[in-house]
Amino acid sequence: MRALEPWVEAPLQAFLTESAARLTLLMTTSGQVVAQHGFGRSLDVMTAAALGAGIVASTEELARLMGAAKFEALVHHGAGQSCMLAAFATPRGRWIGLVVFGQETSVGIVQLFFDQMVRQLTDAAPREQPVAPKLAEDFEHELDASLRALFGR
Amino acid sequence: MNPAQAALDRVTRVPGVRGALVASTGDGLVIAEQLMDGIDGRAAAALTGSLVARLGRATAGAGHRPPAFLHLRGEDGSILAATGSDDLVLVAVVGPDANMGLARLEMLDAAGRLG
Repeated sequence: MRALEPWVEAPLQAFLTESAARLTLLMTTSGQVVAQHGFGRSLDVMTAAALGAGIVASTEELARLMGAAKFEALVHHGAGQSCMLAAFATPRGRWIGLVVFGQETSVGIVQLFFDQMVRQLTDAAPREQPVAPKLAEDFEHELDASLRALFGR
Repeated sequence: MNPAQAALDRVTRVPGVRGALVASTGDGLVIAEQLMDGIDGRAAAALTGSLVARLGRATAGAGHRPPAFLHLRGEDGSILAATGSDDLVLVAVVGPDANMGLARLEMLDAAGRLG
Protein backbone atom coordinates (compact mmCIF):
# COMPACT_ATOMS: atom_id res chain seq x y z
CA MET A 1 0.00 0.00 0.00
CA ARG A 2 1.33 3.45 -0.91
CA ALA A 3 -0.14 6.90 -0.31
CA LEU A 4 0.96 10.35 -1.36
CA GLU A 5 0.12 11.78 2.07
CA PRO A 6 0.83 9.97 5.36
CA TRP A 7 -2.54 10.70 7.02
CA VAL A 8 -4.27 8.52 4.39
CA GLU A 9 -2.23 5.42 5.30
CA ALA A 10 -3.85 4.33 8.59
CA PRO A 11 -7.49 4.52 7.42
CA LEU A 12 -6.61 2.79 4.15
CA GLN A 13 -4.60 0.07 5.89
CA ALA A 14 -7.51 -0.59 8.29
CA PHE A 15 -9.85 -0.89 5.31
CA LEU A 16 -7.53 -3.28 3.50
CA THR A 17 -7.13 -5.46 6.60
CA GLU A 18 -10.86 -5.66 7.35
CA SER A 19 -12.25 -5.89 3.82
CA ALA A 20 -9.67 -8.24 2.21
CA ALA A 21 -9.87 -6.12 -0.95
CA ARG A 22 -7.47 -7.17 -3.71
CA LEU A 23 -6.97 -3.75 -5.33
CA THR A 24 -7.81 -0.31 -4.01
CA LEU A 25 -7.35 3.09 -5.59
CA LEU A 26 -8.16 6.43 -3.97
CA MET A 27 -8.26 9.42 -6.31
CA THR A 28 -9.72 12.85 -6.74
CA THR A 29 -12.68 13.40 -9.06
CA SER A 30 -10.26 14.69 -11.66
CA GLY A 31 -8.43 11.35 -11.63
CA GLN A 32 -5.36 12.37 -9.61
CA VAL A 33 -4.27 9.33 -7.62
CA VAL A 34 -4.00 9.76 -3.83
CA ALA A 35 -3.21 6.20 -2.76
CA GLN A 36 -3.11 2.70 -4.18
CA HIS A 37 -2.87 -0.89 -3.05
CA GLY A 38 -2.25 -3.95 -5.19
CA PHE A 39 -1.39 -2.37 -8.54
CA GLY A 40 1.91 -3.44 -10.03
CA ARG A 41 2.31 -1.01 -12.91
CA SER A 42 1.91 2.76 -13.02
CA LEU A 43 0.15 2.50 -16.37
CA ASP A 44 -2.59 0.36 -14.78
CA VAL A 45 -3.07 2.96 -12.03
CA MET A 46 -3.32 5.82 -14.50
CA THR A 47 -5.80 3.91 -16.67
CA ALA A 48 -7.95 2.79 -13.74
CA ALA A 49 -7.97 6.32 -12.27
CA ALA A 50 -9.00 7.89 -15.56
CA LEU A 51 -11.72 5.31 -16.19
CA GLY A 52 -13.00 5.46 -12.61
CA ALA A 53 -13.22 9.24 -12.61
CA GLY A 54 -14.99 9.12 -15.97
CA ILE A 55 -17.53 6.55 -14.77
CA VAL A 56 -18.32 8.56 -11.62
CA ALA A 57 -18.75 11.73 -13.68
CA SER A 58 -21.11 9.86 -16.02
CA THR A 59 -23.23 8.35 -13.25
CA GLU A 60 -23.47 11.68 -11.43
CA GLU A 61 -24.66 13.32 -14.63
CA LEU A 62 -27.19 10.50 -15.10
CA ALA A 63 -28.44 11.08 -11.55
CA ARG A 64 -28.77 14.80 -12.28
CA LEU A 65 -30.78 14.09 -15.44
CA MET A 66 -33.07 11.76 -13.48
CA GLY A 67 -33.55 14.41 -10.81
CA ALA A 68 -32.07 12.08 -8.20
CA ALA A 69 -29.44 12.64 -5.57
CA LYS A 70 -25.94 11.45 -6.42
CA PHE A 71 -25.46 7.68 -6.49
CA GLU A 72 -23.54 6.49 -3.45
CA ALA A 73 -21.80 3.55 -5.06
CA LEU A 74 -21.64 1.53 -8.22
CA VAL A 75 -20.96 -2.20 -7.84
CA HIS A 76 -20.13 -4.53 -10.70
CA HIS A 77 -20.57 -8.18 -9.69
CA GLY A 78 -18.30 -10.51 -11.62
CA ALA A 79 -17.93 -14.27 -11.53
CA GLY A 80 -14.42 -14.30 -10.09
CA GLN A 81 -14.05 -10.80 -8.77
CA SER A 82 -16.19 -7.70 -8.33
CA CYS A 83 -15.59 -3.99 -8.42
CA MET A 84 -17.02 -1.12 -6.36
CA LEU A 85 -16.73 2.52 -7.30
CA ALA A 86 -17.87 5.16 -4.80
CA ALA A 87 -17.42 8.91 -4.53
CA PHE A 88 -17.33 10.60 -1.13
CA ALA A 89 -16.71 14.00 0.41
CA THR A 90 -13.56 14.77 2.39
CA PRO A 91 -12.21 18.02 3.84
CA ARG A 92 -9.79 17.90 0.85
CA GLY A 93 -12.65 17.82 -1.66
CA ARG A 94 -14.55 15.02 -3.33
CA TRP A 95 -12.64 11.77 -3.72
CA ILE A 96 -13.34 8.45 -5.42
CA GLY A 97 -12.59 4.95 -4.18
CA LEU A 98 -12.16 2.07 -6.62
CA VAL A 99 -12.10 -1.35 -4.93
CA VAL A 100 -11.65 -4.74 -6.58
CA PHE A 101 -12.49 -7.73 -4.40
CA GLY A 102 -12.88 -11.47 -4.79
CA GLN A 103 -15.00 -14.25 -3.37
CA GLU A 104 -12.99 -14.32 -0.15
CA THR A 105 -15.05 -11.31 1.00
CA SER A 106 -18.45 -9.82 0.17
CA VAL A 107 -19.87 -6.57 -1.10
CA GLY A 108 -21.53 -6.03 2.28
CA ILE A 109 -18.20 -6.26 4.10
CA VAL A 110 -16.47 -4.03 1.54
CA GLN A 111 -19.18 -1.35 1.77
CA LEU A 112 -19.27 -1.51 5.58
CA PHE A 113 -15.54 -0.96 6.00
CA PHE A 114 -15.34 1.48 3.10
CA ASP A 115 -17.80 3.72 4.97
CA GLN A 116 -15.64 3.34 8.10
CA MET A 117 -12.57 4.37 6.09
CA VAL A 118 -14.39 7.45 4.77
CA ARG A 119 -15.23 8.52 8.34
CA GLN A 120 -11.61 7.96 9.44
CA LEU A 121 -10.26 9.90 6.45
CA THR A 122 -12.61 12.77 7.23
CA ASP A 123 -11.37 12.84 10.84
CA ALA A 124 -7.70 12.49 9.89
CA ALA A 125 -7.56 15.02 7.03
CA PRO A 126 -5.56 18.16 7.80
CA ARG A 127 -7.89 21.12 7.57
CA GLU A 128 -5.45 23.47 5.83
CA GLN A 129 -5.25 22.91 2.07
CA PRO A 130 -1.66 22.67 0.77
CA VAL A 131 -0.78 25.22 -1.87
CA ALA A 132 -0.25 23.32 -5.11
CA PRO A 133 0.88 24.84 -8.40
CA LYS A 134 -1.74 24.50 -11.10
CA LEU A 135 0.39 25.54 -14.07
CA ALA A 136 0.27 23.27 -17.10
CA GLU A 137 4.07 23.04 -17.29
CA ASP A 138 4.11 21.59 -13.76
CA PHE A 139 1.56 18.89 -14.53
CA GLU A 140 3.87 16.30 -16.06
CA HIS A 141 6.47 16.80 -13.34
CA GLU A 142 3.79 16.40 -10.65
CA LEU A 143 2.41 13.30 -12.31
CA ASP A 144 5.84 11.70 -12.50
CA ALA A 145 6.54 12.58 -8.86
CA SER A 146 3.20 11.11 -7.76
CA LEU A 147 3.75 7.87 -9.64
CA ARG A 148 7.29 7.56 -8.23
CA ALA A 149 5.86 7.99 -4.73
CA LEU A 150 3.06 5.48 -5.35
CA PHE A 151 5.39 2.82 -6.73
CA GLY A 152 8.48 3.57 -4.67
CA ARG A 153 10.82 4.16 -7.59
CA MET B 1 -46.66 -11.19 2.87
CA ASN B 2 -43.45 -12.56 1.35
CA PRO B 3 -41.53 -15.44 2.99
CA ALA B 4 -38.82 -13.14 4.38
CA GLN B 5 -41.32 -10.84 6.10
CA ALA B 6 -43.25 -13.85 7.45
CA ALA B 7 -40.01 -15.26 8.91
CA LEU B 8 -39.17 -11.93 10.55
CA ASP B 9 -42.66 -11.65 12.05
CA ARG B 10 -42.32 -15.07 13.66
CA VAL B 11 -38.88 -14.48 15.08
CA THR B 12 -39.47 -10.97 16.41
CA ARG B 13 -42.54 -12.19 18.36
CA VAL B 14 -40.26 -14.29 20.60
CA PRO B 15 -39.71 -12.55 23.96
CA GLY B 16 -36.29 -10.93 24.23
CA VAL B 17 -35.62 -10.72 20.49
CA ARG B 18 -34.52 -7.17 19.65
CA GLY B 19 -34.68 -7.59 15.93
CA ALA B 20 -34.18 -9.88 13.01
CA LEU B 21 -33.14 -9.68 9.41
CA VAL B 22 -32.76 -11.82 6.35
CA ALA B 23 -29.47 -11.44 4.51
CA SER B 24 -27.68 -13.00 1.58
CA THR B 25 -24.65 -14.98 2.72
CA GLY B 26 -22.75 -14.47 -0.51
CA ASP B 27 -22.90 -10.69 -0.69
CA GLY B 28 -23.71 -9.83 2.95
CA LEU B 29 -26.55 -7.48 2.04
CA VAL B 30 -29.87 -7.01 3.86
CA ILE B 31 -32.94 -8.45 2.11
CA ALA B 32 -35.52 -7.66 4.81
CA GLU B 33 -35.25 -6.42 8.37
CA GLN B 34 -37.25 -5.70 11.50
CA LEU B 35 -34.84 -4.12 13.97
CA MET B 36 -35.10 -1.92 17.04
CA ASP B 37 -33.51 1.52 16.89
CA GLY B 38 -29.78 1.50 17.47
CA ILE B 39 -29.11 -1.82 15.74
CA ASP B 40 -27.12 -1.40 12.55
CA GLY B 41 -28.74 -3.92 10.21
CA ARG B 42 -26.23 -3.34 7.44
CA ALA B 43 -23.31 -4.19 9.72
CA ALA B 44 -25.13 -7.19 11.21
CA ALA B 45 -25.92 -8.54 7.74
CA ALA B 46 -22.40 -8.03 6.40
CA LEU B 47 -20.58 -9.47 9.40
CA THR B 48 -22.96 -12.37 10.05
CA GLY B 49 -23.05 -13.23 6.34
CA SER B 50 -19.26 -13.29 6.32
CA LEU B 51 -19.16 -15.44 9.48
CA VAL B 52 -21.65 -17.95 8.07
CA ALA B 53 -19.77 -18.14 4.76
CA ARG B 54 -16.42 -18.69 6.50
CA LEU B 55 -17.83 -21.31 8.85
CA GLY B 56 -19.37 -23.04 5.84
CA ARG B 57 -15.98 -23.17 4.15
CA ALA B 58 -14.33 -24.38 7.38
CA THR B 59 -16.81 -27.22 7.89
CA ALA B 60 -16.62 -28.15 4.20
CA GLY B 61 -12.84 -28.32 4.55
CA ALA B 62 -13.29 -30.69 7.48
CA GLY B 63 -15.61 -32.85 5.40
CA HIS B 64 -18.77 -31.87 7.28
CA ARG B 65 -22.05 -30.31 6.15
CA PRO B 66 -22.43 -26.54 6.63
CA PRO B 67 -23.84 -25.46 10.01
CA ALA B 68 -27.61 -24.99 10.15
CA PHE B 69 -27.59 -22.80 13.25
CA LEU B 70 -25.10 -20.46 14.90
CA HIS B 71 -25.23 -18.98 18.38
CA LEU B 72 -22.71 -16.23 19.05
CA ARG B 73 -23.01 -15.34 22.73
CA GLY B 74 -21.83 -12.03 24.19
CA GLU B 75 -22.13 -10.31 27.58
CA ASP B 76 -25.14 -8.20 26.59
CA GLY B 77 -26.90 -10.64 24.35
CA SER B 78 -26.47 -12.97 21.44
CA ILE B 79 -26.51 -13.17 17.68
CA LEU B 80 -28.39 -16.15 16.28
CA ALA B 81 -28.21 -17.20 12.66
CA ALA B 82 -30.11 -19.94 10.85
CA THR B 83 -29.19 -20.80 7.29
CA GLY B 84 -31.88 -21.29 4.67
CA SER B 85 -31.89 -22.27 1.03
CA ASP B 86 -30.81 -20.02 -1.85
CA ASP B 87 -27.82 -18.60 0.05
CA LEU B 88 -30.09 -16.90 2.62
CA VAL B 89 -29.50 -16.55 6.34
CA LEU B 90 -31.98 -15.51 9.02
CA VAL B 91 -30.28 -13.46 11.74
CA ALA B 92 -31.68 -12.46 15.14
CA VAL B 93 -30.27 -10.05 17.70
CA VAL B 94 -31.43 -11.14 21.14
CA GLY B 95 -31.00 -9.81 24.66
CA PRO B 96 -29.58 -11.81 27.58
CA ASP B 97 -33.09 -12.48 28.91
CA ALA B 98 -34.44 -13.96 25.66
CA ASN B 99 -36.18 -17.31 25.50
CA MET B 100 -33.31 -18.94 23.62
CA GLY B 101 -34.94 -22.30 23.12
CA LEU B 102 -38.07 -20.84 21.57
CA ALA B 103 -35.99 -18.44 19.45
CA ARG B 104 -33.96 -21.36 18.12
CA LEU B 105 -37.04 -23.40 17.24
CA GLU B 106 -38.76 -20.49 15.51
CA MET B 107 -35.62 -19.54 13.59
CA LEU B 108 -34.92 -23.04 12.32
CA ASP B 109 -38.51 -23.46 11.16
CA ALA B 110 -38.69 -19.96 9.62
CA ALA B 111 -35.33 -20.35 7.87
CA GLY B 112 -36.53 -23.60 6.34
CA ARG B 113 -39.37 -21.71 4.68
CA LEU B 114 -37.11 -19.03 3.15
CA GLY B 115 -36.17 -19.08 -0.50
